[in-house]
Amino acid sequence: MNIGMKIAVALSCVALLQGCHHDDDDDDQPLSLMDFSVMTTNLTNNQPLSPLALALHGESELLNVGMSASKGLEHMAEGGDNTLLLEEFVLNERVDTTASGTGLIMPGDYETLMLTTSLSDVHLSLSSMLVNSNDGFVAVDGAALNELKVGESLTLYAPVYDAGTEANSESMATIPGPAAGGEGYNSERDDRDFVSIHPGILTETSGLVDSVLNSGHRFDNPAAKVVVTRLQ
Amino acid sequence: MKKRMIPLLTLAALSATPAMADKDFDATLTNLTHSLYFTPLLVTAHDDSTYLFKSGMAASANLQAMAEGGDIAGLSMDLAAVNADIVENPAAGLLAPGASTTASFTPMKENEQLSIVGMMLPTNDGFVGLNSLDIPEKKGTYTYYLNAYDAGTEANNEIINGGGMPGVLGIPADPSGMSGVNGTGVVDNEHNMTVHIHRGAVGDMDAMGGSSDLNSGVHRWLNPVAKLVITVK
Repeated sequence: MNIGMKIAVALSCVALLQGCHHDDDDDDQPLSLMDFSVMTTNLTNNQPLSPLALALHGESELLNVGMSASKGLEHMAEGGDNTLLLEEFVLNERVDTTASGTGLIMPGDYETLMLTTSLSDVHLSLSSMLVNSNDGFVAVDGAALNELKVGESLTLYAPVYDAGTEANSESMATIPGPAAGGEGYNSERDDRDFVSIHPGILTETSGLVDSVLNSGHRFDNPAAKVVVTRLQ
Repeated sequence: MKKRMIPLLTLAALSATPAMADKDFDATLTNLTHSLYFTPLLVTAHDDSTYLFKSGMAASANLQAMAEGGDIAGLSMDLAAVNADIVENPAAGLLAPGASTTASFTPMKENEQLSIVGMMLPTNDGFVGLNSLDIPEKKGTYTYYLNAYDAGTEANNEIINGGGMPGVLGIPADPSGMSGVNGTGVVDNEHNMTVHIHRGAVGDMDAMGGSSDLNSGVHRWLNPVAKLVITVK
């Protein structure tokens, strides 16, 4: 196939969007689109998940694990607001497309979001606050979707990270979720200031006398199941 | 006679040549915990009949020395005896929470599996572990998450007393400097005396007493405790 024909085929793919087949050796063509559905199930006992922030992007990670959290990640992890994080994704040249959840995902509930990308080397990142925590969030950080064929699914189990931007006091004043009704985001960084795996909820029974949380708010990893299906 | 010896010598020389190197790769490990340190890591590519530990099996004496005191010399000698590729202590000391270190390999052909161990401080006999992962062959980047194991060789009494020698009860040290003193001991025996998934630290909030010298707000963790990225070149 010459270059002119390749462009013509690629353009017709864009025009039709669906039902466009291409040869296997055309996988590097930037305009062959892939559609994914991402179904996120809340596996915790009593930790509603804040509206999801999703991104499809090139290699490899997006969430600064082991490093200082971005401002957008801090906003999402402390207050459940994904607006600034999604704006950061859009400004990141490695990110091709983003999606936002429509609301809280309650324990046992799930939400399915759709994304379409023209990337050939595609990775998924996903994050959402555990709202009855100081700055805990469940995340998938750059899972490779390259091997997924049309109709295939990939199941990922997501652990809970700690943004490292707010001390895990568990106090009523500092947790925004329904367990406390306290403050969400603030600009102060009074914890280790790097993203780690969350050490878990303590509660008063572990000696944290100011904790407003109870044993029902504890969690273990994984905290969410993420099923990615390639539709096209 | 002379004519026949030359090809024989050539053959002998060929067979003495070291096995061809397999694909080069980097193994980058990130400490994902909030406040625990890894003692000098042992990272190794080895053949499929070698292992450092297996869950559900009793720890070797050399694994015990690593898990209770951070001493990897014995395990490293075991590996050298089976021609493993070995990288000792890539972080040149403790690997702090959030920090990363990389071990680079040009492995011998038969060394197709990767294992990693390093003690977690402060614990009695907890370690971050990877047992015999098949090293990917295709060029690319591969991510894995590692769990914390309990060697099953020492009771998790959570008392920091400098005890790091095998069989000496207690925790050698707390690099975070956030521990307490005068704990009475959380437990004095271990139910599972094989290598198993660590149940985590208990700790307390009493710096001058209580049952544990660990701080429940600092020294707890959940799995995974490390991220491993293998880059096959």
